[in-house]
Amino acid sequence: MERPVWAPRSIDITVPSVSRICDFYLGGAHNFEADREAARKALAFLPGLPKIVQANRAFLRRAVRFAVDEGVTQFLDIGSGIPAFGSVHEVAQAARPGARVVYVDHDPVTVAHSQTVLEGNDAADVVAGDLLEPRDILTSAQVERLIDLNRPVALLLVAILHFVEDADDPYRAVAELRDALAPGSLLVLTHASYEGIPLPSERAGGVVDVYKDIRNPLIMRSREEIARFFEGYDMVEPGLVPMPHWRPETAPEDEDPYAFSGFAGVGRTA
Amino acid sequence: MIAEPDGPEDRLRRFATIWSRAVFPVTTTSSTRPEFEEQLLPLARRLSEALRARSFDADQGRVVGAALVDAHCTDPEALSRTLDCVDAYLVLYCGGDGDPEDLRARSARLQHAMAAGYAQALRERTLAEQEAIAQAALRAQGVVAQALHASEARFRAVFEGAAIGIGIADLDGNVLQVNRALTRMFGVSEQTLRGRNVTRWTHPDDAPQLWRLYQELIRGEREHYHVEKAFHRPDGTVLWTNLTVSLLRDADGNPQYQLALMEDTTERRLLNLRLRYEATHDALTGLPNRSFFFERLEKAVNAGPGQRFGLCYLDLDGFKAVNDSLGHAAGDRLLVEVADRLQACATAPGEMVARLGGDEFVALTTGPDTRQAVDELATRIMNALLAPVSIDGRELTVRGSIGVVEGPAGERSPAEVLRSADITMYRAKSAGGNRFELADPEADARTITRHGLTTALPTALDRGEFFIEYQPLVHLGDGSVRGAEALVRWLHPQHGVLGPDRFIPLAEHTGLIVPLGRWVLEQSVRQAREWRERCGADAASAPLRINVNLSPCQLTDPGLVRDTVEILERAGVEPDALCLEVTESALIGADDDLLKPLRRLADMGVDIALDDFGTGYSNLANLRRLPVSILKLDRSFTRGMQQFPADPVDLKIVEGIVSLAHSLDLAVTVEGVETGAQAEQLKVLGCDTAQGWYYARPGPPERLHELALVDATG
Repeated sequence: MERPVWAPRSIDITVPSVSRICDFYLGGAHNFEADREAARKALAFLPGLPKIVQANRAFLRRAVRFAVDEGVTQFLDIGSGIPAFGSVHEVAQAARPGARVVYVDHDPVTVAHSQTVLEGNDAADVVAGDLLEPRDILTSAQVERLIDLNRPVALLLVAILHFVEDADDPYRAVAELRDALAPGSLLVLTHASYEGIPLPSERAGGVVDVYKDIRNPLIMRSREEIARFFEGYDMVEPGLVPMPHWRPETAPEDEDPYAFSGFAGVGRTA
Repeated sequence: MIAEPDGPEDRLRRFATIWSRAVFPVTTTSSTRPEFEEQLLPLARRLSEALRARSFDADQGRVVGAALVDAHCTDPEALSRTLDCVDAYLVLYCGGDGDPEDLRARSARLQHAMAAGYAQALRERTLAEQEAIAQAALRAQGVVAQALHASEARFRAVFEGAAIGIGIADLDGNVLQVNRALTRMFGVSEQTLRGRNVTRWTHPDDAPQLWRLYQELIRGEREHYHVEKAFHRPDGTVLWTNLTVSLLRDADGNPQYQLALMEDTTERRLLNLRLRYEATHDALTGLPNRSFFFERLEKAVNAGPGQRFGLCYLDLDGFKAVNDSLGHAAGDRLLVEVADRLQACATAPGEMVARLGGDEFVALTTGPDTRQAVDELATRIMNALLAPVSIDGRELTVRGSIGVVEGPAGERSPAEVLRSADITMYRAKSAGGNRFELADPEADARTITRHGLTTALPTALDRGEFFIEYQPLVHLGDGSVRGAEALVRWLHPQHGVLGPDRFIPLAEHTGLIVPLGRWVLEQSVRQAREWRERCGADAASAPLRINVNLSPCQLTDPGLVRDTVEILERAGVEPDALCLEVTESALIGADDDLLKPLRRLADMGVDIALDDFGTGYSNLANLRRLPVSILKLDRSFTRGMQQFPADPVDLKIVEGIVSLAHSLDLAVTVEGVETGAQAEQLKVLGCDTAQGWYYARPGPPERLHELALVDATG
């Protein structure tokens, strides 16, 4: 007979994980063969994928520093993935010692690994949670311990929303999170899109198929659709732009062409 | 540090810039290229110094190679580009003025060492990361397994601890798993139930559609079904359940298992049966009761064409006397015995016996021809009653009257059938009882049913269907008419004139006796005034008095005294013109509360007569405390004086009573005087007043007046 709904899923490392695939793109070894196999297939369609991931991380780094400069020192990073070099807590705590960070991921392996990495760091923690259940995240012990929701929070939704299908209504979850945040909070967001990929979209579509095959569909959205996630936020300059154009520290023209795939932006609640 | 243009420091930085530009595109660092260059600068310095150190140390190359891995240059292309860069530019930018040949050799050895250091560091990093992610997977697995274990433990606890029985079987019907509640219901072990096949669990009471539903479920055509189902328990008893069976499908939606949830309803069902039994059976005798009988009668009279029914309606003769004389407990035991005997009379299929209430029983027989069957049934019942019933050592003779109705189904309603049986039973009773009579529609129409009279009573009073006849009371001493007893009659529109014995008990039963009694009193008192007015001239004769009967119900009516006084005053009649007759039995055991109104009336001057004296068992000594002034001797005492010579015992008794009465200052009236000899005898015995056919039958008031006039003139 079927397992009751309240029993958790079991761990199956023969099923590829988006977090570990991403780690592989970044040259990490926090992955298994099943992850690498899927990653290789995706790379065959889109060899620049690591550059896109790298651009994401570079943007994240700039955005975290921006947040700290703006006086926001609490970070809620949903869909944090495998902590790699230049993680949010590293960047934030380097810029402002004691900055608070809570990572949220729904993959139990990622959560377990994050726990090891964060051991001894009193200002950072990780919680197993699902973007689609904002209330569970906001009422978790970790968030209650580290994040003061009466003060501004930087909500990081970096490279996660393109893994949520419209049927699951990601806009509702994002709005629900926004409503829980104090005025002056920031939404830091990146999202995949066919716009900006230096390849015909048929080719890039092969990547979408790969993610579909591993039951973790990749949803490409238009700039307009992505902009809707910022409803209720005032866009921070320069608005929703390709990643290298967001407050660059070096000349964007030096960036890899793939880095311009998709969009990034930061919004501030009134 | 400010670099002097083209000085050693400036050249070192230029080398680092070239290096970072070469490698940065193949790193995955999130740092910017200038930041990356800052990371490479100390490495470049280390290489530069190793190149020019007095004693050469190739291990510096290993350190730099390892540091590349730490700077996240994990793509081997980063090493390749690094070595290209070192090979081409290290000596050029950092060699200074050393021996070119020596510098090139040192550079080559540094490159080899860097490759080795890089490879080793990358290998260690890779192993460490693999180890870390494997550990994480293992821990996550542990967490999940724990949660799963907890959830399964919870699930198992629910399964095992559930109050309802739960069982799982495969699609072939083989029982795979059952919980404790289920094993308890069946009263067997889990092992016994497991492996059994549910398709064998048939029961004669299974609903006809049950196994069709089962097949539909197994085929995946229905998701669940709900039935009431009985199971055989190994101990031979029956388990009744509320059963819900659901289909469980696998992840692809194919039928996989069947899940049964069952609730033990055996107790509830028994309770329902018992409640049903109690609602349909008589508590005293255990026979079916009136409502159950009506259900069956309804079925019988509405049965299909060709079906007939026969009904015996039995009423015991003289049962009231048993109750009155021996008490209700004895009466109940008699009824139980009769019920048992009747039960034994109706054992054939289609026959039933029921108790309608009191001492009324019915026996029903049904079938295609009940003409002979009902006759035999009635005969059996009569025979069953022949043997006396022994109660408390007494042998009681039981007699009954039966009304028999027989006929085809579909012609009459149950109520009509029962009415006909009731009438016929009364016919049997009035013919002397201890017999059965067959219903006769014409006789039915003529027969007055108690029911009919009871329902007609209230309107009869309104319509003025009652009238009063008067029977003279004659003074034995001088033969003069002293008064009359008022006797109420009912002129029934269909049945003609009815005597009080026909309707007074019914009026008492329904409470109508109070208004009826008041009406009689009013009429009689008005009549008394009329007589007095007419005789007023003859002052010589004593004024005529009126005797009115009071029923026991009227005695307890709180308005009795008030009504009586009001009636007398309105008519302008003195209280001493009225005599109220109360039966002896009504006053037996009467307490002061009951006597109080009588006493008040007596104090006002109303005479109170003790009627039917001698039929009850009153204590003669009791007479003293009763507010009576007249004894009316029951007619049974005078019967013995109709012959000549009179019965000496009766004479003695009457003489004794008269003597006693007179000593208590009570007058004695005798009833039922039919001959002159009687009248003479009673006069000799000292009786004061008499009434009877010898003097006059009850009649209209005018006749009494005439008699009185005759008497006065004669």
